[in-house]
Amino acid sequence: MPMNSPEKNGVGKEEAFRPKIVAFCCNWCSYAGADLAGTSRLSYPAEVKIIRVPCSCRVNPTFILRAFGRGADGVILCGCHPGDCHYTTGNYYTRRRMTLLFSMLDYLGIERERTRVEWVSAAEGAKFAETMRDFVATVTALGKNRRLEDLRCRN
Amino acid sequence: MQELMKARAAALLSEGKVNRVLGWAAGEFVYDVTPTVFESREELERDFVYSPFCGANLSKYLVKEARKEGKILVFLKPCDSFSFAQLVKEHRIPREKVYAVGVECYGKTDATALRSLGITGIVGAAEQYGALTLNTLNGERRVTVAEAMLEKCKSCKTKEHRLCDELLGEEGEPVSDCSRFEEVEKVEAMTPEERFAFFRGELSRCIRCNACRDVCPACTCETCVFDNPASGIAQKAAADPFEENLYHIIRAFHVAGRCTDCGECTRVCPQRIPLHLLNRKFIKDINEFYGPYQAGDDPETPSPLTDWKPDDVEPGSAVRKGGRA
Amino acid sequence: MSTYRIREERLPALFEETAKKRKLYLPTDTAEGVAAFLPYREGMTLTASLNTSRSAKDLFFPQTETLADFKVSGREIAVVDVREECEDFLLFGVRACDVKSFEILDRVFLAEPVDSFYKNRREHGTVVSLACASPVETCFCGTFGIDCADPEGDAAAYRWEGYYYFVPLTEKGEEYLASVESLLEETDDGPVWDAKGEIYRKKERLPLKSLTTEGFGGERTKELFDSEKWESLSEACLGCGTCTYVCPTCQCFDIRDFDTGRQIRRYRCWDSCMVSDFTKMAGGNPRPTQKERFRQRFMHKLVYFPAENEGIFGCVGCGRCLAQCPISMNIVKVMKALKEEKE
Repeated sequence: MPMNSPEKNGVGKEEAFRPKIVAFCCNWCSYAGADLAGTSRLSYPAEVKIIRVPCSCRVNPTFILRAFGRGADGVILCGCHPGDCHYTTGNYYTRRRMTLLFSMLDYLGIERERTRVEWVSAAEGAKFAETMRDFVATVTALGKNRRLEDLRCRN
Repeated sequence: MQELMKARAAALLSEGKVNRVLGWAAGEFVYDVTPTVFESREELERDFVYSPFCGANLSKYLVKEARKEGKILVFLKPCDSFSFAQLVKEHRIPREKVYAVGVECYGKTDATALRSLGITGIVGAAEQYGALTLNTLNGERRVTVAEAMLEKCKSCKTKEHRLCDELLGEEGEPVSDCSRFEEVEKVEAMTPEERFAFFRGELSRCIRCNACRDVCPACTCETCVFDNPASGIAQKAAADPFEENLYHIIRAFHVAGRCTDCGECTRVCPQRIPLHLLNRKFIKDINEFYGPYQAGDDPETPSPLTDWKPDDVEPGSAVRKGGRA
Repeated sequence: MSTYRIREERLPALFEETAKKRKLYLPTDTAEGVAAFLPYREGMTLTASLNTSRSAKDLFFPQTETLADFKVSGREIAVVDVREECEDFLLFGVRACDVKSFEILDRVFLAEPVDSFYKNRREHGTVVSLACASPVETCFCGTFGIDCADPEGDAAAYRWEGYYYFVPLTEKGEEYLASVESLLEETDDGPVWDAKGEIYRKKERLPLKSLTTEGFGGERTKELFDSEKWESLSEACLGCGTCTYVCPTCQCFDIRDFDTGRQIRRYRCWDSCMVSDFTKMAGGNPRPTQKERFRQRFMHKLVYFPAENEGIFGCVGCGRCLAQCPISMNIVKVMKALKEEKE
């Protein structure tokens, strides 16, 4: 049976799988981008739970892993476009860290589609909504996160 | 070599250049040498040893030792000298408190590997011309040094020292056919399912003794995140496979860009988990994404994780390549 | 007492038969070459190593176990008792040192107040010991009066000239051997004595055979505690938990709560006197540096434990810490250094 078949994930036909998505959003751009998406009446999936951070650089690898441990099926990190960081260079460090972390997760056999970094500015409400729709669709297709979950936190 | 080292240490002690000597002390059998601080010629004479079993890297002890009164002499194998250089670079060791003496090394022996070869009851050993003659309770056994080398020595990157005040013996050269990424590449070539199963098999043996962390010369935080109850991830034992993954990913990540690949983590693991596979993955990725980098190699180059370029690779495309450039 | 035997090649059949009636754990080699007690699977064979990397205590006192769950709803807190009756199991091939360690653990966990988790496993477990045909250099069970040629347990096994011989020692052992009777043949105990004789000859050659417990025990608490040797002995200690986690007699544990977001899971996990937060409490840590923590481990085994347990020492001489300590500091070196100081 394939790893992510609905049967194995305990998701019946009647109840479609709805992933839990954690989105870490930089206060200065992506969070405002999410706001703009809202005020522009652009809808993005309710599966996305936003955690506001002062800079994408605030997110350390433990945050990402803990989100998975506690039941997230996908984690996305949104920050200012490289070069536009409110603190000048924060997102450059983020980029390197996440590159290495995601590569390591892939190396450990954890589905690479479950993690993503996207640069979204405060003006890109539409991009924010589109990114989230796409990410939710990708993770929904993958099914539940089973490889990096803490079993004690399972429903 | 051992006699040369003893004599040099004794001379430096009596000259007053140093007041302590950090080296290895002989044990009960032959393989159980212990890192020890010697304070007198008599102590050196009685216990000092430099043998094929001196695999332990002494540089981390310098963090603690350099805070004490006076200057300490330390003997460093080539790989150890990278750890020392990295610690000096990170300002964890004041350079002027240490007198570093480089010693040659042709690969150290792993007592566990000997046991795996079926050689038990080892009570004595002698090395000559790349062969080890072992005295055991069941008679004499012979192996080549290469057969029973520590993992870190099998994939030795260089026999050349960094940052030493003097050298005993001859300076070596970088190992030209170093194949330390071969194992990582093998894992990379597997399917995600195979990789997942492979690492579950390895990491599930972990007993969370933390020896890999405690021995690591790059792990010098005053309070480790895994010991700090305020961190939210402090654990004493992995109660769930997730915690095994979390611990090992974070341990390796926290030393990424600072790990010199000294191989102590794999050497000390009582459960024989190939921890170097995680550290070397980071090293390999760093080399491929940001250009060749060797921690402890020189005092200036910034660590890859405290540096950046405007056109660095994006996480998505880097991971799509699966670490394969 | 009757003696039974089975040909070595028939051992797989014995395991197969045993596993039909209860869960069987064998000391075997994992794919990565680490010896461990693992649940029996078809085709599993005994390890060639003398001892497993981790000890046999894991089967009675696992590294982590859940004690209770707390479910919170509104202002109500419900305590969920997670205890379950353990299934019957059999540990095969336990060495004399590990068997003795159970007695030491019993003194801790079966004394009032009884640890019901441990007791449950002890009651359902049967131990078949195996005499050590080839003790190794790290063995010093003799120091603590343990005879590796004459192991305790519910039944003892001996390997001699192509056969495994079994001697039942308790009712449980009798019952087990009766359950696999069809595979065994009754025999006289001559070969058992031959096997023992051979082990005694080998024991004579062990390098640690002259190590004694003389000078240790409850009477010299203050003197040993104040020894100046602790400073230098503990100097190289990394503060990792290897020695305590591979030790068959270390029994310290910590109780922690884990918030799953929906409930609180209270679990216990092994603790180690080597780690920095051992016995840390509201008022601080009574053992602030590695020296005190290091001392605690050896004082506990060599002084405090015998003082409270009729002179029984808290070490069984299995030699795991000798083989596995990253910096090769261990109880034998400590005992020798402390004795040297006295002389």
